[in-house]
Amino acid sequence: MRTDQLRPLSELQALESESIHIIREVAATFRSPIMLFSGGKDSVVMLHLAAKAFWPAPIPFGVLHVDTGHNFPEVLQFRDEAVEFYGASLKIACVQDYIDDGRLRERPDGTRNPLQTLPLLDAISAGRHDAVFGGGRRDEERARAKERVFSMRDEFGQWEPRNQRPELWSLYNGRHLPGEHVRVFPLSNWTELDVWDYIAAEKINVPTIYYAHERQVAFRDGMWIAITEVTPARPGEVVELRSVRYRTVGDMSCTAAILSSATTAHDVITEVGLSQLTERGATRADDRLSEAAMEDRKREGYF
Amino acid sequence: MPQRSTVLSPTANLTGGRTLLRLATAGSVDDGKSTLVGRLLFDTNSVLADTLDHVEQVSKRRGLDRADLALLTDGLRAEREQGITIDVAYRYFATPARKFILADCPGHVQYTRNTVTGSSTADVIVLLVDARKGVVEQTRRHLAVASLLRVPHVVLVVNKIDLVNYSEDVFTAIATDFALLARSLGVLDTHCIPVSATEGDNVVTRSHRTPWYDGPTVLGYLENVDDTRQAVGADLRFPVQHVIRPQTAAAAPWAARAPQVNGDYRGYAGKIESGRVRPGDEIVVLPRGSHAVVEAIDTADGSLDLAVAGQSVIIRLNSDVDISRGDILAATDAPPAPIRELTATVCWLAERELIPGSRVLLQHGTSISKAIVKSIGGVLDLHFESGAVPCWRPTATLTLNDIGRVQLALASPLPIDSYREHRATGAFIIVDDADGWTLGAGLAGSTPLTAWTADNTRSDQHYPAQQGNPS
Repeated sequence: MRTDQLRPLSELQALESESIHIIREVAATFRSPIMLFSGGKDSVVMLHLAAKAFWPAPIPFGVLHVDTGHNFPEVLQFRDEAVEFYGASLKIACVQDYIDDGRLRERPDGTRNPLQTLPLLDAISAGRHDAVFGGGRRDEERARAKERVFSMRDEFGQWEPRNQRPELWSLYNGRHLPGEHVRVFPLSNWTELDVWDYIAAEKINVPTIYYAHERQVAFRDGMWIAITEVTPARPGEVVELRSVRYRTVGDMSCTAAILSSATTAHDVITEVGLSQLTERGATRADDRLSEAAMEDRKREGYF
Repeated sequence: MPQRSTVLSPTANLTGGRTLLRLATAGSVDDGKSTLVGRLLFDTNSVLADTLDHVEQVSKRRGLDRADLALLTDGLRAEREQGITIDVAYRYFATPARKFILADCPGHVQYTRNTVTGSSTADVIVLLVDARKGVVEQTRRHLAVASLLRVPHVVLVVNKIDLVNYSEDVFTAIATDFALLARSLGVLDTHCIPVSATEGDNVVTRSHRTPWYDGPTVLGYLENVDDTRQAVGADLRFPVQHVIRPQTAAAAPWAARAPQVNGDYRGYAGKIESGRVRPGDEIVVLPRGSHAVVEAIDTADGSLDLAVAGQSVIIRLNSDVDISRGDILAATDAPPAPIRELTATVCWLAERELIPGSRVLLQHGTSISKAIVKSIGGVLDLHFESGAVPCWRPTATLTLNDIGRVQLALASPLPIDSYREHRATGAFIIVDDADGWTLGAGLAGSTPLTAWTADNTRSDQHYPAQQGNPS
């Protein structure tokens, strides 16, 4: 007889169970779900939860990556390994294809993050996906704080924050009209620290660039930017070799590194616990575009 | 600025470490709710430097001499432009003991819809009053909603205590009023704390300016309040989400880490909504009523000898009973009888009206049934003009933010619990069959507020003008 019978669930147990419940609801009630998968830490945690949700059966849906063409090579390599490891089937939508045939044009500032929306919506509509899992968390940004777990999108993939369905108890309502789809956020209630705690507890692999490594960087607009083909040094800029890591691994054109010596998940947990900057504030140039940058992109159908 | 402590994860394993508490805030306009929430976030180091910079800049632009912590909870652009909060926002903060999920419910716009939504998952409601005003009508309404939704704990923050010179008499008078009201509304457990959110008194650190108060601070209360007994102590309810019967076993390298199973595996995946379960327990399958014995409780991490409310697991049974999504595995002791006629309290959340004869969908647990609204027995009058308790008035329809008593006929029998005993399986939502919109939140059976129906017969004489057939 176990003695801990009425011990409350730990935070991580409660969050894991909630996410698994959400993922199972979607698989049971939608015709054709798909999971967005970038190879970033949130998406790999989501994929890990999906594997646990359906064990001993395989994951009953595929994963989709919107490739900006400016992804970190370490992340792309990890993406393919992770998909293989968890036994998921991967579809890729390429921003580069859209630029090559003229459906999208490169932005003057070189960032490709906002360009992901069109290939994403096309892939959703081509695959006739009625539910799309995203790794978004409500702690990331203030527009996300009001996002539902099941978030309705109209035919144009748009989010209307003033017209969201109330979401009560754990009764998720995914009914929708033809042409509409539902974005589902199983990690809604997780914070950055929860994600790292879970990565450490579950020994989940993440791309190597989440851990400290040496890289040529320049200090630009208050952020450490890696010097790559996509983001060359600007005239007069001092390029230094520094020990850095990434807190988010978005498009290379708009994701900055932080100085760090954290080489394990436990080191990262200590570092995140001590950090004085938010994850996006520290590293995402795209969210600095305007006060409501994320809200605008979400309205248009972004992740 | 107060001392900011750094929050580190105490352990990094799945079952150890801190626990989780869900809370909702409620209050009326200008009672300092945003400031209180901002201070909880700030003082637990949940607000980081870049966000704080932003708040300081905006505060300076608005001519304030210090950072307005209320700005930390600024949300959507429309809200910033209009200076109001539209929708429930979720905030996260943590201490070494607990992680908190806070549903921040705006006070003035659509208060019922937002407070009902926030309260549905809350273990605790943090209710605010202004010490200069005491318990007001809005407080009574929020407390009535907390009672209706069976939130286990309500803590009253008597805010702006600095503006009444930290007066013990003022605090005691408000606390006494509140205790009386809570008792008359059937609220389960309450506590009152004197606070100044702007000055930081008794939010995270104990104030030396209220030496007459020896209870916990707001954060201290939240860290220690008991949150799990209600659900775990109840009888087992396990709505089946998904039948796991692998045609092919997961063959990925990941699956080699997980336990191995035979080819004829069949298990029922779901989340335990209340109670606990052990291998060997006899259960009843609802609505059919067949009995079976739990053979094993499986997870990808291995089998469990005990699982409790809140856990997502797979239950295997000793016999091949016919079970599918929508069924509920329940304790054999007093399981809910499947019913086709249902009386419930319904919180109406949509612009369109509810009228008798409406055809709707009813989502309960993991099942959906067609339903017809037979009649509306009354709408809750939360204006409290007549005194301490609300009463039910006759009505023809329910409109946005109304709380009504509704009779429903169901197309298929559902094993619905009384909400009083089972928050999860006594709850349902009403969905529009045509466009899928969530129209209402339902609480099955009698509620503490239903008892007021009896008062209503007596209070009829107080409302001669409102009586009679509204049609």
